[in-house]
Amino acid sequence: MVRDSLGYITHGSKPYHVWMIFLSAVMLVGMYCYSIQIEEGLSATGMTDRVSWGLYISNFTFLVGVAAAAVMLVMPTYVLHDIDFKHAVLIGEGLAVAALLMCLAFVVADMGGPSVLWHMIPGIGVFNFPSSMLAWDVIVLNGYLFINITIPLYILFRHYQGKEANPRVYIPGSILSVLWAVGIHLVTAFLYEGLQARPFWNNALLGPRFLASAFAAGPALIILVLAGIRSFTAFKIEDRTIKKIAMIVVVAAQINLIMLISELFKEFYAPTHHSESAYYLFFGLEGKTALLPWIWTAIPLNVLATILLTFHKLRNNPKVLYFCCFILFVAIWIEKGFGLIVPGFIPGPYGKIAEYTPTGVEIGVTLGIWAMGAFIFTMLAKTSIGIELGKLRYKKKSVRGSKTA
Amino acid sequence: MDGKKKWFTLDLGWNRKESDNSACGCGKSTGGCGSHSAPPRNDYSISAEEFDAAVEDTMAGEVQRDGFQQVFDVKMDRRTAFRKLTASLMVGAGAVGTSCSMVAGEETKEKAQIDWEEQFKGNYKLMTQEERQATVDRLVRSYQLRKKENIKMTATDASEDVLFGYAFNISKCQGYMDCVSACVKENNQDRNSEMQYIRIHEMKDGEGFKFNKADDNYYHEVPAEGHFYMGTQCFHCDNPPCVDVCPVEATWREKDGLVVIDYDWCIGCRYCMAACPYDGRRFNWSKPEVPEEEVNKNQHYLGNRMRKKGVMEKCTFCVQRSRSGKDPACVEACPTGARIFGNLLDPDSTIRWVLENKKVFRLKEDLGTEPKFWYFMD
Repeated sequence: MVRDSLGYITHGSKPYHVWMIFLSAVMLVGMYCYSIQIEEGLSATGMTDRVSWGLYISNFTFLVGVAAAAVMLVMPTYVLHDIDFKHAVLIGEGLAVAALLMCLAFVVADMGGPSVLWHMIPGIGVFNFPSSMLAWDVIVLNGYLFINITIPLYILFRHYQGKEANPRVYIPGSILSVLWAVGIHLVTAFLYEGLQARPFWNNALLGPRFLASAFAAGPALIILVLAGIRSFTAFKIEDRTIKKIAMIVVVAAQINLIMLISELFKEFYAPTHHSESAYYLFFGLEGKTALLPWIWTAIPLNVLATILLTFHKLRNNPKVLYFCCFILFVAIWIEKGFGLIVPGFIPGPYGKIAEYTPTGVEIGVTLGIWAMGAFIFTMLAKTSIGIELGKLRYKKKSVRGSKTA
Repeated sequence: MDGKKKWFTLDLGWNRKESDNSACGCGKSTGGCGSHSAPPRNDYSISAEEFDAAVEDTMAGEVQRDGFQQVFDVKMDRRTAFRKLTASLMVGAGAVGTSCSMVAGEETKEKAQIDWEEQFKGNYKLMTQEERQATVDRLVRSYQLRKKENIKMTATDASEDVLFGYAFNISKCQGYMDCVSACVKENNQDRNSEMQYIRIHEMKDGEGFKFNKADDNYYHEVPAEGHFYMGTQCFHCDNPPCVDVCPVEATWREKDGLVVIDYDWCIGCRYCMAACPYDGRRFNWSKPEVPEEEVNKNQHYLGNRMRKKGVMEKCTFCVQRSRSGKDPACVEACPTGARIFGNLLDPDSTIRWVLENKKVFRLKEDLGTEPKFWYFMD
């Protein structure tokens, strides 16, 4: 299977090769930037003692949501036996795997001492469990990664052999992954929510809002990806599937908007000392306004997409749908990314307002990791589409089943 | 901690020979580790039998059996397997290091040896006394080899019946910042980034404690007319949020109340920095540098020893001084006597007198962190 799929992913149409070469080039740039960062230390980034988390952790937070969203497809397919999603679900899980690997890459890129990361491995290091939410996060992310690799692998492998997958094997795993997906997102939210030092994060709505925004942005990305797959491959994805996913996006986006209103009301109706970060984010403080253009892009896009998608007629028009999904994705990336992380540090514990601007190195590494995610996803999707279309099938007897990658 | 080791100790079998060869921790009587003054020889007899062949193969090129077979064709559980994998990795890399050092000499060999042992040592908090002493010795030797200078490093533990506390007299502080410069010198802080543990906030009279309007980076003559001054640093909380969040227990509260960091165990995730409500923690964004003649050579493992790039550091109430009965550098340097330090458990200490006779308060008490740093006024 390894050899077959390797052969399969290294052969393709011209656009496919161009795409992969482009991604490889971006990854190389990212690696070069990372080497600079390793050499100079994290001073190569825009982070300082005042704003000590930046672009890396922002992207990490957002991508956890994307990874968690795959579950919105898993549940109807495997648990509720809605056959519609069966094709989409493998793509969704591939997306989850790629997103999780990107998450881990972002965390590693953010570490001051990547060479001593073995201190975190339970058994040989010291794992501050259950006290540290970061320790929880390591467990849930890796666990989710494991689940999302094994389930599609099992199904694809059966199909590869020309057999049907046994539901009794994968259904319990799917149910577990449903619960687990909620878990990864809540735990990641708790990472911030549990810090009494940062009032902007220390907010009970953070967890639920994480979930809502994730279940909007993740499936939105899945719709875009499915649209791409539909136009580039012979893989058949029915309109009904996309319409159902769009339904999920709408509901999640609506809930997200309600929570946003509730949050804004709390911060601005009776502003306290703790509302200063929100003031900084939306209006700027003492002339420091770096985030204003971003957040005022995100909010209108978010509202516009939610309103457009709410109307059935508009949602059922593919062009409007794809456009809305795109702007919703961008809006939530801003909002749940640095729109959430950076204001947590501004103003600082003693009211100091020091702004953060990412450096070229930081942006390079970030783009490199995104390219890596896209690269991994393309490979996974191509293999699974190949198997599902029947192009990739077990032929030789000697290929050992257990050694799959 | 006996029998309850939570960290990974590399067992290369070196300890097995310790009884008959106590001269060297590495367990070898000749060559190899380079800690011997004996003339170097080129035979490498690592005592752990499992690795003999592997090393010989790499070193001398005498391939008798497949090295992989030797290591892997043994029945073992996963944990042992992992240990041996890491160990063989180390032996391999160590072998490369040593083979180079045949040209470069004993010192390079010893440096490489020290670096490897330092890279794979455990968490200081969980080490036994012997292990602590061993790592201190290694660090001292390493400094000697690299900088040709001798440092004195201690690993003094917390004493019984001691709990350190600090009080700051707002009426007395004039903002001279002698405490800041004394702290930087004492604790070998990075000169390039001008890292400072202490911040002095200059506030306007009549406005109360308005930290957000205060200036913590002034360069004018002090005391400035119509202003008062307030210093902040790590408050050594009794319920420190930074300690709870650390994923690898690289920071903890000692028995005498000091919140310390094992710089070599820290992975640099900066979660503690986000969790600290008092801006008490600093990160080494690049390699910290101190001119050799300015290095304070009187060091403590948990205190002012040289840090590396990518780790957290913070005020330790000058653990190297306070645990040997001295005041922290900031207290000693303060020309106005605004800073008071002492043992909270000693009823006759000045700090206890202040707490009992002055109207004291702490910052952000609503967060439940229980700082051991009080403010008061005359």
